[in-house]
Amino acid sequence: MSNKIHVSTKVNGDAVEFLCDPRETLLDVLRDRLNLTGAKEGCGTGDCGACSVTVDGRLICSCLMLGAEAEGKEIGTIEGVAEGGELHPLQRKFIEHAALQCGVCTPGILVAAKNLLEKNPDPTEEQVRYWLAGNLCRCTGYDKIIRAVLDAAEEMRGAA
Amino acid sequence: MALDEVKEIVESGENYDTDKEFKYVGTRPDRPDGLDKVTGRAKYGADHYVANMLHAAVLRAPHAHARIVSIDTSKAEAADGVKAVVIGTDLPEGLTGGDLHLQENTLARDKVYYDGHAVAAVAATSALAAKDAVKLIEVEYELLPHVIDVDAAMAEGAPVIREGEQGPTVPEGMHPNVVNYIEFGHGDLDAGFDAADLVMENTYKTEATHQGYIEPHACVGQLGDDGKGEMWVCTQGQWFIRKMCAAVLGLEASNLRVTPSEIGGGFGGKTTIFSEAISLALSRKAGGRPVKLVMTRSEVLRATGPTASTSMDVKIGMKNDGTMTAGKVVFRMQGGAWPDMAPTGMALNCAFASYDLPAVYHEGYDVLANRPKAAAYRAPGSPMAAFAVESLVDEMTRKLGLDPIEVRIKNGAKEGTKSSYGPTYKKIGLLECLEAAKAHPNLAEKLGPNQGRGVAAGFWFNHGGETSVSMSLGNDGTVTVSAGTPDIGGSRASVALMVAETLGIPYDHVRVNIVETGALGFNEPSHGSRATFATGKAAVEACNQAIGEMCRRAAKRWGIDEDAVEWKDGAVHPAGPNAGEFPPMTIKKIGQTMGRSGGPISGHHETTAGGVGESFGAHVVDVEVDPETGKTTILRYLVVQDAGRAIHPSYVEGQYQGGAAQGIGWALNEEYVYDDMGRLQNPIFLDYRVPVASDLPMIDTVIIEVPNPGHPYGVRGVGETGITPPLPAIANAIADATGRRLRHLPMTPAKVLKAIKNG
Ligand code: FES
Ligand code: FES
Repeated sequence: MSNKIHVSTKVNGDAVEFLCDPRETLLDVLRDRLNLTGAKEGCGTGDCGACSVTVDGRLICSCLMLGAEAEGKEIGTIEGVAEGGELHPLQRKFIEHAALQCGVCTPGILVAAKNLLEKNPDPTEEQVRYWLAGNLCRCTGYDKIIRAVLDAAEEMRGAA
Repeated sequence: MALDEVKEIVESGENYDTDKEFKYVGTRPDRPDGLDKVTGRAKYGADHYVANMLHAAVLRAPHAHARIVSIDTSKAEAADGVKAVVIGTDLPEGLTGGDLHLQENTLARDKVYYDGHAVAAVAATSALAAKDAVKLIEVEYELLPHVIDVDAAMAEGAPVIREGEQGPTVPEGMHPNVVNYIEFGHGDLDAGFDAADLVMENTYKTEATHQGYIEPHACVGQLGDDGKGEMWVCTQGQWFIRKMCAAVLGLEASNLRVTPSEIGGGFGGKTTIFSEAISLALSRKAGGRPVKLVMTRSEVLRATGPTASTSMDVKIGMKNDGTMTAGKVVFRMQGGAWPDMAPTGMALNCAFASYDLPAVYHEGYDVLANRPKAAAYRAPGSPMAAFAVESLVDEMTRKLGLDPIEVRIKNGAKEGTKSSYGPTYKKIGLLECLEAAKAHPNLAEKLGPNQGRGVAAGFWFNHGGETSVSMSLGNDGTVTVSAGTPDIGGSRASVALMVAETLGIPYDHVRVNIVETGALGFNEPSHGSRATFATGKAAVEACNQAIGEMCRRAAKRWGIDEDAVEWKDGAVHPAGPNAGEFPPMTIKKIGQTMGRSGGPISGHHETTAGGVGESFGAHVVDVEVDPETGKTTILRYLVVQDAGRAIHPSYVEGQYQGGAAQGIGWALNEEYVYDDMGRLQNPIFLDYRVPVASDLPMIDTVIIEVPNPGHPYGVRGVGETGITPPLPAIANAIADATGRRLRHLPMTPAKVLKAIKNG
């Protein structure tokens, strides 16, 4: 088992190095090697979004990217969404709006929604629904999730 | 559930005064576990890592029905990193009944019964090594004829799936795949149909759907040579898992300690075991090293939880004014290759539960098919029953030119109605729901071309069940509650609210922990919409016990009679004419001094919770059907449901919305699709498509509160009823929009288009 690949990357701003099997996905590496278990594996096929992270600012399913491809990249995960111990407005609004029930989809949805608001600070309901169409939630029917995202966007616009 | 059991649960129970004003109950504070869950800190089933841990992978059969001729595991055993391999014959022999069935489903012994049935498993030093090793296992199969469809499975000449499983009530001469038969009813059915102006009957079918929780099953099991072990697992019920795993492995349940992780959805599918016992079996073989077993999504879809598929006949009699005179149903349901897995009895019980009918008759067949062993799915049986009955009621209502809500109000069950399944209802809220639906602004919206509106009612019994709760007072006057029902959608918050209300202390002075099997007596799972009801009720009683003790301590300190004090607003007060003047002794003060006043103060309550209040709801949906493609779009969706009392209204609304969304998926998209070899064709989320955010509108909710006298705060369970009405409500809306009646779910664009084209 000597065919491991050495990877240097940045996760949530911190320099990180790891060895991984060429077949390991970025999600496997985050969870099994870096102890960052906030991203979840709901499907492993790019269909549920529970594993959502950003790579150089782009939203991706970490189950579809190999760990080895993280070389030289900047990875953003749910663990980095709250900055300096202060919750991101989306995180606060998700709690306030009861936008989670079981909560297993929540990390992926928060990462995806944050990425949306960075690109589009004033999305319509429809834009939020289509942006999050790759993030399955089986518990909530999405109603409270959409409201929380719209409310967070409004608050962030007010603060900006 | 047996009928007399249902009756006993409904009719037992005390009467609480539920007409009080509340300070905390009914408010919407942040949930206590919210912070962990928005930061990624919360630990779910697959998030547990322990020292020296191995990883498991499971080999699954690619055949619907086959005899296992031989299994050769030698190459896998010799592979790099492999520490243990198990197959079905490694598990103890001699089990019977439900335990045997669990064991057969855990690892096939002689036969595989469905595509995806587990045949062997490997534990290795890494997940990749385990997956590689599994591919080295060689299994020789002798293929057997299979059957998938429920009607085909009952027909003459269908392949026999099991011998000797037919129950004593099954009518003579039926195919051996029919393993159970139920019939019951009351009233004079013939007279009922004779009294009707319109009698109609039709046949309806629903396909199997999956609970679709986003978190796959995951556990870490550890079992030593001494037969003692531990498990970390995502489950709705740690005591159920313990009992079932122990049974499969031939152990006493007391030898296992099971800790529930946070749970990423269950909807009934995590009340039983699938592969959990494999992790323990592997661990024992690997010298007691802990073994992590995490299912893939396709394993989840192929081998866990789906609900039954059904074929249902309904016959109803109605007078010209809409009065229903009689109803009859015959349901055929398959729940996989094991008996008693299809919720046939519950479906029958639910069929006419929303109606006050003079004559009803129910017949049900439990049928085997080469499909996975079905598990509970939110209101098991009720959505299918509602699809059949509520579709036909709607059809007749339209034929007679009547209003669908008025017909349901006219015939709706209420306090004092003898229900279709036996018990007489106490206070229930169906009529209140229907009236509120009628008054909702959505009904004033005008419909355009190709648009339609559908209405349906829904029902669930709710459940109490075995429950045990502890609470203890801290030195700072805060309270810690130990509960045994995993928090699957905000129940920590609702229990904390009830405890805060009972004690008169702030909500954030209450911490609710979900504990492992060693920390409390037996608890049934979070199922049957019981968590907030039963755990809440037991927590209130545990608090009352502690209040009694706190009152005694204060009275002793003050040197007055125990009866001369009372508990109010988080403190003991002197009460009555001769109590004397003392400043109130607060819970904080009592907590600070309890070491000196007699030791720790705690409260405990265990019960098989009675006083369950039934749950009713009414849904109204507006759809638009594209005549070119047959695609149905949900324009508006309204859920009205009786919560008894909403402890945390946001999470009650969440249950309504989530149930509706699952029902919408069931109605429009979701189904198990098999090829002619009996292999599941859509075992990934791309093809087993659950509703996504862009499929749905906002889901409007109205919470009706007809307090349940059997709960100190009037709670009825709210989790399940919401999945029931969407199936018929959407079918009724499509009929309104297109003039075509679809009687076979799901109502995919292809099926709708065909109905439009063929008339
Ligand atoms: S786990 Fe990556 S999309 Fe589902
Ligand atoms: S809250 Fe459970 S899947 Fe979204």
